Amino acid sequence: MSTIFGSSIGRKLLMSLSGLFLVTFLIVHLSINLLLLVPDGGETFNIAANFMALPLIKYGLQPVLFGGFIIHIIYASILTLQNNKARGNAKYASGNNTKDVMWASKNMYVLGITVTAFLVVHIVDFFVPLQITHGAASVTYDGVEMHNTYALVNAALSEAWRVALYVVGSLGLTIHLTHGFWSAFQTLGFSNNIWRKRWTVIGIAFAWIIGLGFAAIAILQFAFYQ
Amino acid sequence: MENNISLTLKVWRQNGPKDKGRFETYKLDKVSTDSSFLEMMDILNEQLVNEGKEPVAFDHDCREGICGMCSLYINGRPHGPDDDVTTCQLHMRKFKDGETITIEPWRSAGFPVIKDLIVNRNAFDTIIAAGGYTSVSTGGVPDANAIPIPKVDADEAMDAASCIGCGACVATCKNGSAMLFVSAKVSHLALLPQGKVEAARRAKNMVAKMDELGFGNCTNTGACEVECPKGVSISNIARLNREFLKAKLAD
Repeated sequence: MSTIFGSSIGRKLLMSLSGLFLVTFLIVHLSINLLLLVPDGGETFNIAANFMALPLIKYGLQPVLFGGFIIHIIYASILTLQNNKARGNAKYASGNNTKDVMWASKNMYVLGITVTAFLVVHIVDFFVPLQITHGAASVTYDGVEMHNTYALVNAALSEAWRVALYVVGSLGLTIHLTHGFWSAFQTLGFSNNIWRKRWTVIGIAFAWIIGLGFAAIAILQFAFYQ
Repeated sequence: MENNISLTLKVWRQNGPKDKGRFETYKLDKVSTDSSFLEMMDILNEQLVNEGKEPVAFDHDCREGICGMCSLYINGRPHGPDDDVTTCQLHMRKFKDGETITIEPWRSAGFPVIKDLIVNRNAFDTIIAAGGYTSVSTGGVPDANAIPIPKVDADEAMDAASCIGCGACVATCKNGSAMLFVSAKVSHLALLPQGKVEAARRAKNMVAKMDELGFGNCTNTGACEVECPKGVSISNIARLNREFLKAKLAD
């Protein structure tokens, strides 16, 4: 066991598991975001989003989530550096004409940087005022005081440039997932000639549902909820 | 009917491992489209010898696609523009009259250039020596039904065993990874009862050797499978991951 993470497959196992963990986070995140579309002035969304203020979530699950991101990013960097070294300094003068290779699969690190850049903006926009500075306004439902998360989101998504940025970020994530999803199962060994095709189809469908879901909610907020 | 084409060749020349290397351009007239790529290289070398120049060094042996000696990165693809064949089985009918063909050696940190188009592929032998065998002789071909093996397993083992160890997978991989090669060697033994006994040890030792020799980490792009002259499937890589993780977790 001691040397498993010292091996190439062990390092990839960490990428795979942290990636799948972040996928489950995306599912939870999108599910709650969908409540932004409930036309009740944000009450349903605010109450759902308030679960983030629970001590168990804030002090228990959030550090785990951050750990997931950090492992995924650090190991992506380590693996990319090692792979560049293994590729060697001499480049092919005639380039690479191999067909049938998914573009995303060759650009996962670049796509990851795009997603990370978006993530930083996203954290500054929402996580900081809601979880750290508590600068967001408050609202009370049935005697329970909580952040008016809806108002914060709604105000942020009233600006066209930010909506555009969020759409681009969502698309970057989509393309990252079109390769990442099936690749995670391949790395775990849960794949063969039949399941590889299945995971690829499921992964691409999943990627577009997640990506278009986030993008559509941002656009709808901008267009119809102001 | 014989069909001849004229070609411009951009060939990588490198005097030795330490030399910087450079491209040389050669003109070749009247190459039959029926000749193989290596025959075309022979014609080039004959022309060079007649001009008093040093011939181009390149690897070749059986010239029938089963030994794994030939290599060459031709116009952006290992083993050239044809699919599922080695360079020796690539024919000049795949090229157009007047075409410029760029010919390079495999490029990867794991395969240093020895001379011109020849690279050192000893790393593959070292990986095999780390576990790609059965420790005891399992005898000759057994009687047909002596050891029952499911047809699916037999087919997959045979497909994996068709790997000739040419190194095209490493040459095309953006990560310089040898996972397709190692997974084929681990798979064809792990699928059969004679090889299963040492499967765990084999997977661990061969992966450890592969890492030690500086090959990259697989990111599942699938380029290796596309360029493999034997069409070895990346399903074998999933099997290797499975075998390796199982073996490590059992420790």
